[in-house]
Amino acid sequence: MTAVEQAVKPRTLVLGIAFAAVAVALALVSLSVGTTKLPVVDVVRVLTGGGDGGTRLIVLELRLPRVATGLLVGIAFAVSGALLQTLSRNPLASPDIIGVNSGASAAAVAVIVLAGTGGGNISGLAAKVGIPLAAVVGGLLATLIVGVLSIQRGVVDAGRVVLIGVGVAAAANSLVTWLLVIGDVTDAGRAAAWLAGSLNARTWSDAVPVGLAVLVLLPLALTFNRSLEALVLGDDVASSLGVRVSRARLALLIIATVLAAMATAGAGPIAFVALVAPQIAQRLAKSDRPPLMTTAMLGALFVTAADLVARNGLEVLRVGPYELPVGVVTAACGAPYLLHLIGRQQKGR
Amino acid sequence: MARRTVALAVLLLVVVVAFAASLALGSRWLGLGAVARALVDGGGSDADVIVRSLRLPRTVVAVLIGACLGVAGTLMQGHTRNALAEPGIFGVSSGAALAVVLGLQVGVVESVGSTVWCALIGALVATFGVQRLAARGTGASPVGLALTGAAVAALLGAMTSAIVLLDADTLDGYRFWAVGSVSGRGLDVAVQVLPFAVVGLVLAAINARDLDLLALGDDVAAGLGLSVRRARFVGLVAIGLLTAAGVAACGPIGFLGLLAGHVARRIFGSRNTWLIPAAALTGAAALILADVVGRLLGGAGEVQAGVVLGLVGAPLFVVVVRRRAVAL
Repeated sequence: MTAVEQAVKPRTLVLGIAFAAVAVALALVSLSVGTTKLPVVDVVRVLTGGGDGGTRLIVLELRLPRVATGLLVGIAFAVSGALLQTLSRNPLASPDIIGVNSGASAAAVAVIVLAGTGGGNISGLAAKVGIPLAAVVGGLLATLIVGVLSIQRGVVDAGRVVLIGVGVAAAANSLVTWLLVIGDVTDAGRAAAWLAGSLNARTWSDAVPVGLAVLVLLPLALTFNRSLEALVLGDDVASSLGVRVSRARLALLIIATVLAAMATAGAGPIAFVALVAPQIAQRLAKSDRPPLMTTAMLGALFVTAADLVARNGLEVLRVGPYELPVGVVTAACGAPYLLHLIGRQQKGR
Repeated sequence: MARRTVALAVLLLVVVVAFAASLALGSRWLGLGAVARALVDGGGSDADVIVRSLRLPRTVVAVLIGACLGVAGTLMQGHTRNALAEPGIFGVSSGAALAVVLGLQVGVVESVGSTVWCALIGALVATFGVQRLAARGTGASPVGLALTGAAVAALLGAMTSAIVLLDADTLDGYRFWAVGSVSGRGLDVAVQVLPFAVVGLVLAAINARDLDLLALGDDVAAGLGLSVRRARFVGLVAIGLLTAAGVAACGPIGFLGLLAGHVARRIFGSRNTWLIPAAALTGAAALILADVVGRLLGGAGEVQAGVVLGLVGAPLFVVVVRRRAVAL
C-alpha cells in the first residue's frame, strides 16, 4: 500500500478536497434555485431529514435526482477520460473523441427510436434496462473496433488511435442521424435532446445505474493506481516493475469504457468533460498523469457548474425562460480548450 | 496521357450508367425503354411522372452536388497536403449548417436561394477558421488539422443543437436536412445553386495548375513565379463555394470529398489538372450510386444518400489512416 500512499501528494489531496467542496456548494445552490426559490438553509434542513412536506417534495423528488445525476455523470466521464488518457499517453484520447460516446449514443438512440411506441413512451423494461445496456454494448463495441483497427504490426500508435476513433465516431454519427429521421417526431425530439447531453427531467432511475457504476468501478480503478503510475513510464519499465501490462491495460480499458457508456446512458454524451477535467486536474496538480480522485471531483464540479449555467443562463441574460442542454455549455467551454491543447501539442513537436 | 484519357472516358461512362440506373431503379423498377419513352414524349402515365418529376430532378442534383463535393474534397486535400481533408471532417459543413439554422431562426432564410448565401458565409468562415487555427505553431500536421476540424465541428454542432432544440418546428425540418439527401429535391434547387457551383468549379479548374506548383512546397512555387497567397485564396474561395452549394442543396453530406479524392488519386496519380475533373466525375457517380443504393435498401422508405456515404466513407477513412498515407 505504500506505493499508493506515496502517489497522493499533499497538493493533489488539497485540490481534490477543494474541488469536492465547490462541487457540493454548487450542488446546494442548484437545489435551491428554480421556479420556486428556496433558501440554502432550507435545502440543508431537508437533506438532513427535516423540512416541511412541500419543500421535501421539491428538493428530494424533483431537484435532487437531477443534481445527483450531474455529479455522478461528471465523476464517471472524468475518470474514464483520465484512464484512457493515461493508458494511451495521449491527452486527446478521451472517450468523446475516440468514439466510445458515439458508439454508446448510436446504440441508445436505436433503443429510444426503435422501441419507442410513437407516443414518446418506451415500454417499462426497455426504458429501465434497455438504454444503459445498449449504451454499454455500443460503447464496448466502438472501443473494440477502434482498438483492433489501431493495432498495426503489434503496436498501438497513439495518434492512430485518435484518428481511427474520429472515423468510427463519424460512422456512428451517420447511423444516429438516420435513426433520427426514421423515428417518430416525438421520439426523435427525445433522442435529439438526449444526444445534446441533458440533465433535464432526470429521475432516480437515471441516477442509480450511474451511481452503481461509479461505486463499483471507481474503487476498482483505484486499485490499479500503481499500475497506472508505472504505465506512464512506458510498457517496458512497467513490466520490469512487476506490472502485468496487458492484463492491467485490458482491465482499465474496460473500466473506462463502461464508465463512459453508463454516464452516456444516464445523461447523454455530455461533450468534453472526459477530455477537459483530467487535463486541468493534471496541470493544477503538477502531476505526470491525471490524479484519479481529484479528476473525479473536478468532473463533478464541471458538470454541476455547467448545468447551473444551462438552466439559468438564458434567463439571466434575459433571452427568455429557456433551458439549454448541459452538453451545449460544456462544449462551449471544452472545444476552445481542445483547440488550445492541439496548438500546444503541435508547438511541442 | 492516353491511359488517363481512357480512364476519364470510362469514368464518364460510369456516370452515364449510374444516371440511367437512377432513372430506372427505385421502389418501382422501370425498363430502360420506359425511361426513354418518358424522357422523350412524356405522356401522363405513372412511369412518365415518376421519371420526369421525381427521379430526373434528384439525379440532376446528385450529379451537380456530387461533382461539387468531390472537387471541394480534392482541393482541400491538395491545399492542406493532408489525405484526410474533407469538408465534412474539417468542420466546413458544420459551419454552413450553423449558418443555415441561424438564418432559419432569425428569419432570413425563406428560399433555397437565401440558404445558399447563409451556407456560403458559414462555409467560408469555417474554412478560414480551421485553417488559421490549425496552422498555429509549426504548421498543420495531419493529426492536428483533423482534430482541429473535429473540435470546431463539435463546437459548431453544439451551437446548432442549442438553437434547434429550443424550437420543435426547426428540429423537425432540421433532422431531415441534417442527414444529407437528394430525395425530394426539384430542378429549381439545382438551378438556384448552379451559379455557385459553376463559379466554384471554374475557380477549381483555374486553381488546379497552381496547386501542382504548390505541391512542390510554398518556397519553390513562389520561386517559379506563383503568387502563393493568391493561389491559396482562390482555392479557399472555391472550397467555400462548392461546399456551400452542396450543403444548401442537400444538407451536410460527409465523406464524399474523401471518397472522390482517393478514388481519383489511385487512378490518376497526383497531378491536379487530371485529379480535379476526375474527382468531379467520381463524386457525381458516387452520390448517384449512394442515392440509388439507399433507395433500394430502404424498401418502402429509403436510406438517405448521406447515411450510405457515411457508412461507406468511414471505413475508407480508417483504411487511409492505417496505410499511414495521411500526409500527401
